[in-house]
Amino acid sequence: MKRYLFHRLLLLLPTLFGALSLVFLLVHLIPGDPVEVMLGETASGADKQELRRALGLDQPLATQYRAFLTKLAAGDLGRSLFEQENVSAIIGQRLPATLELALCAMIAALFISFPLAFLAARRPGGIADRLALLFSLLGLSLPNFWMGPLLMILFSIQLGWTPVSGRGGFLHVILPALTLALGMAAILTRILRASLIQVARAEFVQAARAKGLSEKSVWFKHMLRNALLSVVTIMSLQFGALLAGSLITETVFSWPGIGRLTIQAIQTRDYPLVQGCVLVIAVAYVLVNFFTDIFYKLIDPRVSYGE
Amino acid sequence: MASKAWLRGGALILLLLLFAALGAPIIAPHDPLRQNLANDLVAFSADHPLGTDKLGRDILSRTLYGARISLLVGFATVAISLVIGLVIGSLAGYFGGWIDLLLMRLVDILLAFPGILLAIAFTAVLGPGLNHVVLALCLIGWTGYARLVRGEIIALREREFVQAARALGGRPRRVIFRHLLPNLLAPLAIQATFGLAAAIIAEGSLSFLGLGVEPPTPSWGSMLNDGRQFLLVAPHLTTYPGLAIMISVFALNLVGDGLQDRFQGRSL
Repeated sequence: MKRYLFHRLLLLLPTLFGALSLVFLLVHLIPGDPVEVMLGETASGADKQELRRALGLDQPLATQYRAFLTKLAAGDLGRSLFEQENVSAIIGQRLPATLELALCAMIAALFISFPLAFLAARRPGGIADRLALLFSLLGLSLPNFWMGPLLMILFSIQLGWTPVSGRGGFLHVILPALTLALGMAAILTRILRASLIQVARAEFVQAARAKGLSEKSVWFKHMLRNALLSVVTIMSLQFGALLAGSLITETVFSWPGIGRLTIQAIQTRDYPLVQGCVLVIAVAYVLVNFFTDIFYKLIDPRVSYGE
Repeated sequence: MASKAWLRGGALILLLLLFAALGAPIIAPHDPLRQNLANDLVAFSADHPLGTDKLGRDILSRTLYGARISLLVGFATVAISLVIGLVIGSLAGYFGGWIDLLLMRLVDILLAFPGILLAIAFTAVLGPGLNHVVLALCLIGWTGYARLVRGEIIALREREFVQAARALGGRPRRVIFRHLLPNLLAPLAIQATFGLAAAIIAEGSLSFLGLGVEPPTPSWGSMLNDGRQFLLVAPHLTTYPGLAIMISVFALNLVGDGLQDRFQGRSL
């Protein structure tokens, strides 16, 4: 296990470093002069030059890259060009909103997918199974930039049950969380259904039935536990999809999280802010995948990556 | 078999879609760009069965023309990604060693980002436009094919027929193209089908954020984005392009699932 961990860590470092460099390059290649955006086109050349120097934008790219890495090592993500605040502080303010949304979406996805998968797996090929399959296919086909407005029309505008957008109490989170949950629920339903059907054929399940255990106990104590392994993996792998989905969903519902912040920063060409947001998302994504691997290896020692 | 019926249903929808895209200039009742401000935000009329948008443009015509953009972006993205992924995956899988290590680290770095995030960042760098959207989607899209091809080739490399081909003096290119790739057709076709669905959604997302195809060219994503301001007064602006995306992606998922069942055994 130690050797495995060492191997995975060794692979993690170049990936993270490569991702950081890619973010830096991307952000500095974005066309459009942030100084011009900040001061307006009418500003004098001297003023622009002054600001450019103050921001370090007059330095060669290599020098800016070195400064970026040095600061990053100290946990400094720079200052936002417009909000006169540290990027890490802004991200820190927005992070709870995204985490709240992601968590609610995960819970919603579980509540949708578990009953569906159970119903489907009880009689593979039956009506419930077909409907569950249809649901998961539809769920995968509904883009969240359409699903969001649809829910908004129905529940906020027609029925008036939920607020149209923004963050506040529990009512605010329902629609964005449902929008974000749909894709995940679709995938979870498929995976859990498949695992349950597979487990149902296993000898230990037949043995449990032969022993005279109640159907409830067979399903919950024996089958579900074994099927959960795949669910845990999929859920953590879906974390990336949640982050990606939050870019669109947060924009649709004006949800003040990292996703909307990223899009806004790109639109206003706030270099350091874009850089910080993309970095935080990428690092979170890489780390979650890393821990999923480790976790998977811990609970199932048969897993090998041939490395 | 239900899955066979689903596969056929999906394929039929796709054919209709293709027909709509190719035949748009003939089928569309109006010019998709023609404005008529006196006739804006109509929900339904004999002349405009799906209504008109804020500039009085016919939504049916725009939706039909939008199919061209979605399918064009989808096919171009899949084709280019497939070729790049095939080359890089074959090199990594066939030669192994440091070539493999290097190429797979590159894949890892690109996969360190949720796909759409990189696509958004790339289009922000490149500026909007059809070519840029395809380029941005390909920059990440190839990684999936590369991984698939590499994995399959590593599995096949040690098989007897491949070893025999090499022992007979077959050059790498010949062994890869004549002996290895034909075995990869089914998994690649399945991946490409799902890739097409993903590309259509990604194009929609980019256009929705205003980073996709430039106006006034009709695209499903940009129509949705335009209609968002009129959710209260004219929900039909978002309904039809949204439905179009959903139906296309649904059909592709049906076909992908059907192919998977057929070639790789029941996927459950």
